[in-house]
Amino acid sequence: MTRSVEPGSTVRVMSGNEACAEGALAAGCRFYAGYPITPSSEIAEVLSERLPRVGGAFIQMEDEIAAMGAIVGASLAGVKSMTATSGPGFSLKQENIGFACMAEVPCVVANVQRGGPSTGLPTMPMQGDVMQARWGTHGDHGIIALSPNSVAESFDLTVRAFNLSERYRTPVILLLDEITGHVFEKVRLPEKVETVDRKGPDEPPERYLPYRHTEDGVPPMATYGRGGYRFHVTGLNHDETGFPTNKAEEIDRLNRRLVWKIEKHRDAIIDNVADRLEDAEIAVFAYGSVSRPARLAVTEARARGIPAGLFRPRTLWPFPDREVRDLGSRVKTIVVAELNLGQMAHEVEWAVGGACQVLKVGRVDGQAMRPAQILNLIEEAARGRTLKT
Amino acid sequence: MTDYDQYLRLDKFPHIWCAGCGDGIVLKAILRAVDRIGIDKNDMCMVSGIGCSSRTPGYVDVNTLHTTHGRAIAFATGVKMVRPDMTVIVITGDGDATAIGGNHFIHAARRNIDITVILYNNWIYGMTGGQVSPATPPGKRASTAPYGQLEPNFDIAALAAGAGAVFVARETVARPLVLDKMIERAIRKKGFSLVEVMTPCPTAYGRRNRAGDATEMVDFLKVHSVAQAKAGSLPEEERAEAIVTGVLVDIEKPEYTEQYARLVRSLDEQVAAR
Repeated sequence: MTRSVEPGSTVRVMSGNEACAEGALAAGCRFYAGYPITPSSEIAEVLSERLPRVGGAFIQMEDEIAAMGAIVGASLAGVKSMTATSGPGFSLKQENIGFACMAEVPCVVANVQRGGPSTGLPTMPMQGDVMQARWGTHGDHGIIALSPNSVAESFDLTVRAFNLSERYRTPVILLLDEITGHVFEKVRLPEKVETVDRKGPDEPPERYLPYRHTEDGVPPMATYGRGGYRFHVTGLNHDETGFPTNKAEEIDRLNRRLVWKIEKHRDAIIDNVADRLEDAEIAVFAYGSVSRPARLAVTEARARGIPAGLFRPRTLWPFPDREVRDLGSRVKTIVVAELNLGQMAHEVEWAVGGACQVLKVGRVDGQAMRPAQILNLIEEAARGRTLKT
Repeated sequence: MTDYDQYLRLDKFPHIWCAGCGDGIVLKAILRAVDRIGIDKNDMCMVSGIGCSSRTPGYVDVNTLHTTHGRAIAFATGVKMVRPDMTVIVITGDGDATAIGGNHFIHAARRNIDITVILYNNWIYGMTGGQVSPATPPGKRASTAPYGQLEPNFDIAALAAGAGAVFVARETVARPLVLDKMIERAIRKKGFSLVEVMTPCPTAYGRRNRAGDATEMVDFLKVHSVAQAKAGSLPEEERAEAIVTGVLVDIEKPEYTEQYARLVRSLDEQVAAR
């Protein structure tokens, strides 16, 4: 559902899903293919109305798999493209997300997370897809996933998702959840946003290598048929020409580059918000909708004299391992709060490597995290009690 | 006389197809059709899925996209939506298009998007080693139907027609010069078009079904081909065995990307009038 607003106004009340659609348009998205699924459908509904008005195109495909395929095709033909879905649809898209990784096709996949597994809870929130965002498709690959916690951030991070996908020739996963997707908030949309376009080839068509191993790990990308650049794209392991290869050294080189090109740029991709961490002895690690009750819990803990702070990753993948390790060396306890049973907590434990205590609070009953749940753990930690969670 | 070389990536040869495979005959027929129409190589996109037939685009010097199993039409839809001026040809097989990709096949036909599908029907999954396909005739053997296929097979052309395709033709590699005319008409047709090409797989199908060598299999296609016009007068039992060839559907319907462009224009006019 969308709300009509005053024409020309930039301050609007809208949902996170609508802000995602607005962010996509601002970033230059001109093709959307999707399939209806709760709680993400508003993104498709807004774009079905808006895209034909800005010279773009919208299509509702026959299934989730087709939608993912169509956005890859559109991107190769030169247009910034996205799809949106939720848990079951995200599962269905995985094979073609892998194709986009392998063929290095920029595109954005929004996953407005709902309860799972399976059909789960279509209208209720969970954050159970964070690991699927990392490893949902088969084989080694780098991936970028972003997680907004508000309507305004849903706009901002959608723009960023497009920019990162264009810069690094990779699919970017945008992990909203049912709360961030459906909450209505006042938001001031910027007049103009900074956008990034994929880097085109410098060399003439006859010398163009669509999968050249460049220094920055990102091969220049031509557009199908534009300027005489005709090239081959395949999901098979390929060499720099884009054609399939069985040569061990070429296969190794490509597979390593697909991982390395994201790792190499991790500092530019990783984006954490540090909130009152300077003197904190207890840090809460929370992302997406959970970071908001987490912030309230930290404020309440501070009011009770406990030096608590919040570490909020807005980039979930690549994981901010060095930053979390550094955090672990400075605090006594990290409390990981998430709407799952500890998916990112494992990453946090691995990153801190025993340097501090890691406590987990998870919720999988389809309800929002409550500040009190997080505050309880902060207080237990402050009293020095080791908890089993 | 078509200069095939101008359309081929000659450094990619020799091709991967087995001796006696019909796929090369289809490739040449496609190139003759493209040459007669005079399509600029930059303005053409060839999309395929997975299987023997789907390796065709790798040999053709146009914009080529070798996608995931069954999904060629979905990827092609994305290309066509943002480049309606491009000639988009999908190369697929009976397994790729009507088993794993069946949903995309029927919906693209219903939507009537201007994509030409050249479907190589060899009744078998060749690349994976001869498993039974939705086109394997009942009773025929496959590596996963060692006692013979128990299921009925699809009439693929009828499936496309039923789903709304505006142009449907069936031809065999036994008549390559007729085949290229069918493909030419399919590409020229505005809307979703299908050419179902019957082609032999001596390696994976013929061997198991004692269908003889490649020439005998091509002879089989020739002998069992019946022109559409004559098919109606055949006795019931012969019609079941027959490969009905020719243009089976050629109708007019609004094409999807043109419909979309019309929508965009009408919205622009609304804004201009305001």
